[in-house]
Amino acid sequence: MRVNFTVNGRPQEADDVWEGESLLYVLRERLGLPGSKNACEQGECGSCTVRLDGVPVCSCLVAAGQAEGREVVTVEGLADYAKHRSCGSSRGTSLQEAQDWAAKGHDSQTGEGSELAPIQQAFIDAGAVQCGFCTPGLLVAADEMLERNPNPSDADIREALSGNLCRCTGYEKIMDAVRLAAARQGEAV
Amino acid sequence: MSTPNGTPTKITQGSQTKGGIGESTLRPDGTLKVTGEFAYSSDMWHEDMLWGQILRSTVAHAEIVSIDTSEALALPGVYAVMTYDDLPTEVKHYGLEIQDTPVLAHGKVRHHGEPVAIVAADHPETARRAAAKIKVEYRELPVITDEASATAPDAVLVHENRDDHHIGHVPHPNIVHRQPIVRGDARQAAGRADFVVKGEYTFGMQDQAFLGPESGLAVPDEDGGVHLYIATQWLHSDLRQIAPVLGLPERKVRMTLSGVGGAFGGREDLSMQIHACLLALRTGQPVKIVYNRFESFFGHVHRHPAKLYYEHGATREGKLTHVKCRIVLDGGAYASASPAVVGNASSLSIGPYVVDDVDIEAIALYTNNPPCGAMRGFGAVQACFAYEAQMDKLADALGMDRVEFRQLNAMEQGTIMPTGQPVDSPAPVAELLRRVKAMPLPPEQQWLAAGEEADVRQLPGGLSNTTHGEGVVRGIGYAVGIKNVGFSEGFDDYSTARVRMEVVGGEPVATVHTAMAEVGQGGVTVHAQIARTELGVTQVTIHPADTQVGSAGSTSASRQTYVTGGAVKNSCELVREKVLELGRRKFGSYHPAWATAELLLEGGKIVTDGGEVLADLADVLEGESVEVEAEWRHRPTEAFDLRTGQGFGHVQYSFAAHRAVVEVDTELGLVKVIELACAQDVGKALNPLSVIGQIQGGTVQGLGVAVMEEIIVDPVTAKVRNPSFTDYLIPTILDTPTIPVDVLELADDHAPYGLRGIGEAPTLSSTPAVLAAIRNATGLELNRTPVRPEHLTGT
Repeated sequence: MRVNFTVNGRPQEADDVWEGESLLYVLRERLGLPGSKNACEQGECGSCTVRLDGVPVCSCLVAAGQAEGREVVTVEGLADYAKHRSCGSSRGTSLQEAQDWAAKGHDSQTGEGSELAPIQQAFIDAGAVQCGFCTPGLLVAADEMLERNPNPSDADIREALSGNLCRCTGYEKIMDAVRLAAARQGEAV
Repeated sequence: MSTPNGTPTKITQGSQTKGGIGESTLRPDGTLKVTGEFAYSSDMWHEDMLWGQILRSTVAHAEIVSIDTSEALALPGVYAVMTYDDLPTEVKHYGLEIQDTPVLAHGKVRHHGEPVAIVAADHPETARRAAAKIKVEYRELPVITDEASATAPDAVLVHENRDDHHIGHVPHPNIVHRQPIVRGDARQAAGRADFVVKGEYTFGMQDQAFLGPESGLAVPDEDGGVHLYIATQWLHSDLRQIAPVLGLPERKVRMTLSGVGGAFGGREDLSMQIHACLLALRTGQPVKIVYNRFESFFGHVHRHPAKLYYEHGATREGKLTHVKCRIVLDGGAYASASPAVVGNASSLSIGPYVVDDVDIEAIALYTNNPPCGAMRGFGAVQACFAYEAQMDKLADALGMDRVEFRQLNAMEQGTIMPTGQPVDSPAPVAELLRRVKAMPLPPEQQWLAAGEEADVRQLPGGLSNTTHGEGVVRGIGYAVGIKNVGFSEGFDDYSTARVRMEVVGGEPVATVHTAMAEVGQGGVTVHAQIARTELGVTQVTIHPADTQVGSAGSTSASRQTYVTGGAVKNSCELVREKVLELGRRKFGSYHPAWATAELLLEGGKIVTDGGEVLADLADVLEGESVEVEAEWRHRPTEAFDLRTGQGFGHVQYSFAAHRAVVEVDTELGLVKVIELACAQDVGKALNPLSVIGQIQGGTVQGLGVAVMEEIIVDPVTAKVRNPSFTDYLIPTILDTPTIPVDVLELADDHAPYGLRGIGEAPTLSSTPAVLAAIRNATGLELNRTPVRPEHLTGT
């Protein structure tokens, strides 16, 4: 089957999709967006978290067909998404802007020159990234939480991120990163 | 701007070189990892790529009567199906130390989930369906599941005709390796004991549960070889095992490290490496294999479950008289790292204490349970759980404070290990306990902190809303542990680093090329820091890890910063000499200091030790590049004597202490760990941020096996009952407490920069500290880990 949906503001068309394929599989293997991760493929770890019409979901549990006509934001589009939010524009990106975004040059070896969302920068600065496999899902979930709750308590952060497993950090630096992003966000307003 | 409230840490900062050692420089791969662009092994893609799938045994121990692949081969989209009979050479087994593991099962399967056949197809679902169409007929055999069934008079042998180098000294062919350690006279010393405590302890099977599943891409090369993009802990160890099975010389098996999503020991053994290469060479097309989580539980070895039997004695004054112990590790169906785990468990079995009279024995069994091998802490974890329980028991019998009793018997620099090896660098065991005890305790009843309504997120049972504080009791527990650093027992544990200096765009740049597996620990960060410190440059490029450079050894045993860090330091020093030589040749005639002064590389310049600038590195290196590849070794160790266990077996020791504060809902048996404070000596913190990250991460893995993590193997069928994250639980952010860390830096003069390997020690003492706290809250004996609700409620 063919699935048409919007990914990071850009209309996408996936062909020859088998009915059993997940949104995660289509993103990773058909659209060249492997940022969403495949740690469990059973909805337990949160590493594949994306936003589907704004709602954080485990993309491994969403059949690709269910995304038909809908808007998906993945970690690859998080910086752009956050930028638009801070500019006060509506969700999503125009085709022209999306193409500009895709064409932007940066060093593929180090990522230098990449524009980052505040939550992405905070994860780097706080040491919340080790192996990094949980990071994309955590970033999408944490960014969504800060959108809803710009001044979260520690218990709020823990509750919001309790669907995202991390095996490396012991979560302390992830807590630090979200606190840092919230503080910087508060400073910016 | 306001500083966010973080967890307090004490760490000394300071380095003379910008971005050099001692600074918390940020990860060079950080940006790629937060943008989703970092290429993990499961992200690889290639045109015309096929998907590989493994068919695994559905029973634990059986003869294979027949395998019929015809239906699978007939499925459209299937390119190849391979069984044992299709293996290309006479080499059909592999293994880290003992080559006892079949690439594909031959006539017999020895554990649930053993690979039997492999399939390549054009879609992963087609490959899965094809594998399901392979018909395997099994004739089941009795299963060996524990020491009693392994050593019974009529026990079936898990491996017949063993010819490995341990068979000569083990009491039974179902025992992989046995290591006794005898020092002094424990029987006689027991006569001096005023108090003796005995205990029998059980340690459950823990899974590494790294998040990035086993995966990789094998691409056939034009010369008949293959290029494997893979997540592993040790490229060259993989290579040594892969090439013979493929019938290829090692130079035709090229390996490049892909992004590794955690490891924790679970990637020391091969998983899908050979299978992907076999299918790629058979089909002539690139083949990608990605395990899902279910398969990952079968695809790697686990932490050895153990039974531990201990006797401790002490005088009325509280001095330990003797320890007798016996540690039985279940190695499962294949040897993996079992012999080395036995060596660790035995040599570290009494913990960081002074005991002159010991009688120790550790064994690893062959059984039909899942194979067990390396996991963070490697044999020392199981022992620490037991000896720390014993220390509490003995302190209670003596009527002494549990921490003071430990401090009274704590080892220090100069203490002789049970192996006869002197501890010849700082061993601040009593001090670590003092520090962890001195940290402020978390306030009581934090669930009421926000107001009158109880915040259930702060309570046992959490969002399940099972209590608002009724029946909740607090407990506090302490533990301390000792771990060895590096590969022990005479292993030639070297690493290799290639370092190049050249001018790029008018700036001096250093490139560091090693085969070190970056698995998340931050080795790449530290290598760049070392190069900056040693070469006085700010720009350092870390070359991708591959087999085009010499071996770096394994990313395990807390060894990489020590050994590959040492190799990078050494190669940088050799490069520095060459650069100075070049400088003398080019500019030596301009200034007498070139010949007379001590010269340094600092801030992109060559300077005298008095600070006078002699030349810009950019000028010295113009039109030239300086490159060195060199191996580096830590001081040698020796094997433990097979009868007495005596020998200079370990390179270095590492110490951490924990204090756990728990709250237990005693009615429902639910535990909430409120705080897990850690104090650790790290020798020298090359990157303080990473050091704390390692300590906190290791601490939480210890918490996991204290209260939730266990692979349940059916005792009758030896089948794994919970291979999923639904049923095998690892700590979430809600299960995890604050982890204040106090870092001590006492230099080890034998090690580069005085550093101490740090990754594993915090995984040791975390578990017994949590158990001690639960015992303190409930008054229960609790001689097994993990503790489940039924152990607390007796239901």
